[in-house]
Amino acid sequence: MFIISCPFCGEREQSEFKAGGEAHIIRPKQPTELSDDEWAEYLFMRKNIKGVQFERWNHTHGCRKWFNVVRDTSNDEIKAVYKMGEKPPTV
Amino acid sequence: MKKNLRVKTGKMIDETYRISFKFNGRLYYGFKGDTLASALLANNIHLVGRSFKYHRPRGIMTAGSEEPNAIVQLHENSSRTEPNVRATEIEIYEGLEASSQNCWPSVNFDIGGINNFLSPLLPAGFYYKTFMWPASFWEKYEYFIRRSAGLGKSPTKPDPDIYEHRYIHCDVLVIGAGISGVMAAKTAAKKGLKTLLVDEKPNLGGSTIYQNSDHFKINNQNSSSWLEKEINEIKKLENLEIKTRTSVAAFHGYNFLLARENLTDHLPIEQRKGKTRHKLLKIRAKKVINATGSIERPLIFNNNDRPGILLSSAIKKYADYFGVACGEKNIFLTNNDSAYETAISLIQKGINIEAIIDNREEIDSKLVYEVEKNNIKIFKGFTVIDTSGYKRINKVSIKKLSKDGQKVVGSKINLLCDCLGISGGWTPAVHLFTQSGGKLRFREEDQVFIPNTYPLDQISIGACNGDLTLDEILKNAPASLKVFLNLKDIEYENLEILSNTNKSKRNIWLLPSDKVLGKTNSFVDYQNDATAKDIKLALREGFKSIEHVKRYTTTGMGTDQGKLGNMHALGIISETANAKMGELGTTTFRPPYTPLTFGTIVGRNVGEYFDVVRKTPIHDWHLDNNAEFENVGQWKRAWYYPQNNEDMHQAVQRESKAARESVGILDASTLGKIDIQGTDASEFLNRVYTNAWSKLAIGKCRYGLMLNEDGMVYDDGVTTRLSENHYIMTTTTGGAANVMGKLEDYLQTEWPELDVYLTSVTDHFATVSVCGPNSKKIVSEVIPDLDFSDENFPHMSFKNAKIGKINCRVMRISFTGEHSYEINVQANYGKSVWEKCMEAGKDFNITPYGTETMHLLRAEKGFIIVGQDTDATMTPIDLQMDWIVSKKKYDFIGKRSLYRSDTIREDRKQLVGLLTENPNEVLEEGAQIVADINKSPIEMLGHVTSSYYSPNLKKSIALGVVKGGKNMMGQKLIIPMEKKNINVIVADPVFLDKENKRLNA
Ligand SMILES: [Zn+2]
Repeated sequence: MFIISCPFCGEREQSEFKAGGEAHIIRPKQPTELSDDEWAEYLFMRKNIKGVQFERWNHTHGCRKWFNVVRDTSNDEIKAVYKMGEKPPTV
Repeated sequence: MKKNLRVKTGKMIDETYRISFKFNGRLYYGFKGDTLASALLANNIHLVGRSFKYHRPRGIMTAGSEEPNAIVQLHENSSRTEPNVRATEIEIYEGLEASSQNCWPSVNFDIGGINNFLSPLLPAGFYYKTFMWPASFWEKYEYFIRRSAGLGKSPTKPDPDIYEHRYIHCDVLVIGAGISGVMAAKTAAKKGLKTLLVDEKPNLGGSTIYQNSDHFKINNQNSSSWLEKEINEIKKLENLEIKTRTSVAAFHGYNFLLARENLTDHLPIEQRKGKTRHKLLKIRAKKVINATGSIERPLIFNNNDRPGILLSSAIKKYADYFGVACGEKNIFLTNNDSAYETAISLIQKGINIEAIIDNREEIDSKLVYEVEKNNIKIFKGFTVIDTSGYKRINKVSIKKLSKDGQKVVGSKINLLCDCLGISGGWTPAVHLFTQSGGKLRFREEDQVFIPNTYPLDQISIGACNGDLTLDEILKNAPASLKVFLNLKDIEYENLEILSNTNKSKRNIWLLPSDKVLGKTNSFVDYQNDATAKDIKLALREGFKSIEHVKRYTTTGMGTDQGKLGNMHALGIISETANAKMGELGTTTFRPPYTPLTFGTIVGRNVGEYFDVVRKTPIHDWHLDNNAEFENVGQWKRAWYYPQNNEDMHQAVQRESKAARESVGILDASTLGKIDIQGTDASEFLNRVYTNAWSKLAIGKCRYGLMLNEDGMVYDDGVTTRLSENHYIMTTTTGGAANVMGKLEDYLQTEWPELDVYLTSVTDHFATVSVCGPNSKKIVSEVIPDLDFSDENFPHMSFKNAKIGKINCRVMRISFTGEHSYEINVQANYGKSVWEKCMEAGKDFNITPYGTETMHLLRAEKGFIIVGQDTDATMTPIDLQMDWIVSKKKYDFIGKRSLYRSDTIREDRKQLVGLLTENPNEVLEEGAQIVADINKSPIEMLGHVTSSYYSPNLKKSIALGVVKGGKNMMGQKLIIPMEKKNINVIVADPVFLDKENKRLNA
């Protein structure tokens, strides 16, 4: 169980958070203009990297805020945490 | 034969405190401080169990948690019975009752022992292969295999003991209180760091604490005396918490560790009352120091598993610590100096040693010279090729090893004995280190894996780091601590050390015999009966990966996780497959290091604490009125209210009729309620529901359907516009938290520009739903100031009102198809408003109804329940609810998915009504629906989702999902049940009042 530093609350146990999948997948502004394949790309396709991955987390049992985490999935090391809308850091 | 093998009071044994216990029904005595194993050995009992597969007699092998054989069942047939307890770990207490497990009818005569003679028929992979035989074979074998296999019996009664969980945060956690751990704990605590020292044993000091020998000295004192002083000192340190009988089970990332603290298992049962038995410690440590020591290796030779064969270090501990001789005619087989340490201990105590068989040819060791001085015969360059004695070893046969160690040569010598101590060197206990993600490297000189790269803020010191002798430990551990704890100096830097161990070792993974391998029983994993020939067979059959060989042969798969034999399995594989040890990899050690009881894992989360229980403000009234309850998520909801011994069916029939004919009342407080405010609230609802919301007038209510982005129905409910920028949304009872989470997600991440605020207010309001043709009369009396005329207060509208001084929100909405009202009040007024309604409805036979009747009433109207009539594969179109999907809206969550190639298929499962040919036949929910019963295999078209007998329609009604069901109206389908096939006709899902006349009746 790892420790996540919520950008609003600080360090908390992982059990207070919920993972929300890959980050920076933007909902298309005009879904109706997309082909089935393009829509499927948004809807289903996720990278699921072994290594450094950008992901969304929600502090469900805390401030309820969504934010982004850069995590190495091979050892759970968290490289960076940043708010929604902020530019992803280079790691 | 009954004998007393207590030689001299052991260091930790209190001979003034005698304890009686029972083993296999017979009464024995031991002393305070004994383990079950030491007490049995003192009574000359070695045979304690049978092996798993061949049911070979097995005895005590070790003196610790690595024990593979001596596992027993405690207190059989009581609520405290526990299987798989290691006799080497359980401390005896007055009243202890233990019995051998895995043998029937008794340990001395075991029917399964026949497997031993059948062993050529039970090779590696036997069970896997058996499963591949025709099914009819399996039925015959299953009975016998089940009868004779299995480790112990689980309890059948509730556990009477108390378990707890506790969080501990510390600067430094030291695992293991041997000499290295004690030094580490003292150093850390003296530096001012908050330190926790844990050890699985009842006492501190590891194996050094009983190393009372002139060959091992620190600053001119025997190492045991030196350590004893250190221990006395650390007990006084303020920053140090010491926990004995505490076994670390798991070492996770971020230095998060789980340990089990055993608080009462050593106490007489009557002293355990009211005390916590085990604590699961959840430890978060800034730094971790592994000082977990090492485990002595056995040697792999023919018939190496007989009772009376023990690790040489265990014999030493039984003699030095417990004062017990394991035999009167002791022989040792070794490939290193360790056995001589034991021999010297036995000589000191006057215990007879017949001979020592050493794989090594030439040894220049002070320990060996001392043993020779005592006229003990040493066979150098020899090995044991066979043993005999069925229930206790009585003889070893030895031969000279060839130069390369691969063969035996010369003539056979037989030696009589009653105990054989074996030592194959030492394996650093790196289990926890690898669990934490640490990587090992292989040290060729003595063939051990040692820590190499550390993923976390931790170090390994002492034997678990590969420092296997006293001088190495005292040289390297202080140096490592100094760096790890960032110290200028450390008190252990200039110790004067005497350590007479010679480090030479002749490592032969599988010792040769004069027999061919196929005719030998050389056990690698004792508990699972995996032999060297099994491993070789697996390799011959094509298994290459160590993980596959392990599973195929079941090596290392027992409750001991192969703590003794895993290294030999690797060694044999590497020799056979000609692969280098370091490159072969190791098997993964998984938590827990030693098994945990279920009690420890669940802690206090049992009984009423198993999960949070949510009760509505009206709960007590339901209780007082004989309600049966149903769990809906964490909520307790009134299910039905039986009167005069009614069963559920009778109660529901009565409640349903009352609601349709006069008036019913339902506690709807559990529905999720989300308060939505902000200038963009209407726009937000437009985006999250399938229908249009911008034109909803203030004071009006609307039903909405919420989809996932994949187009599948997610939740539904009625939302009311309270004012220009203020809505109250209701969700399903079970979906409330998820809906809230999902809406927050979109607001925060996709549409942060929207001015919308969400607040969960589910618990803030109580909701009383009054339904039926007489409902208006009831609410008019309860809220006399409100104009309930249809003109002022039509269906799907809302009014603010007051009941006395209590503010309430009244909605005229219906989930039953009847004229009905929902009164929402601040939660703490819920019960009084409910009681007012009951009072007002007295003359109208107002009838409280529960969730079962609610489900029936809505099914008559064909209203869906999300999660019952839908799963995550139903679109609104599949539900025949096209009317609720806006064609005009440019976008909403899930819209684009509604015309993906897959979602527009005509043959998707669609919701339909089902009427049975026999109107009295009620279908089973979940039953499969088919069209052609004769086709093989039968094509499943769908299943029944809701089914009831409707007292209002006087017939059975059901909803179901059927492939292409929309176009099957009037068609006959079949529900095949166990004993009969039931014919049904596909119908409109709205069974009652299609014209919605009752809503305004
Ligand atoms: Zn937070």
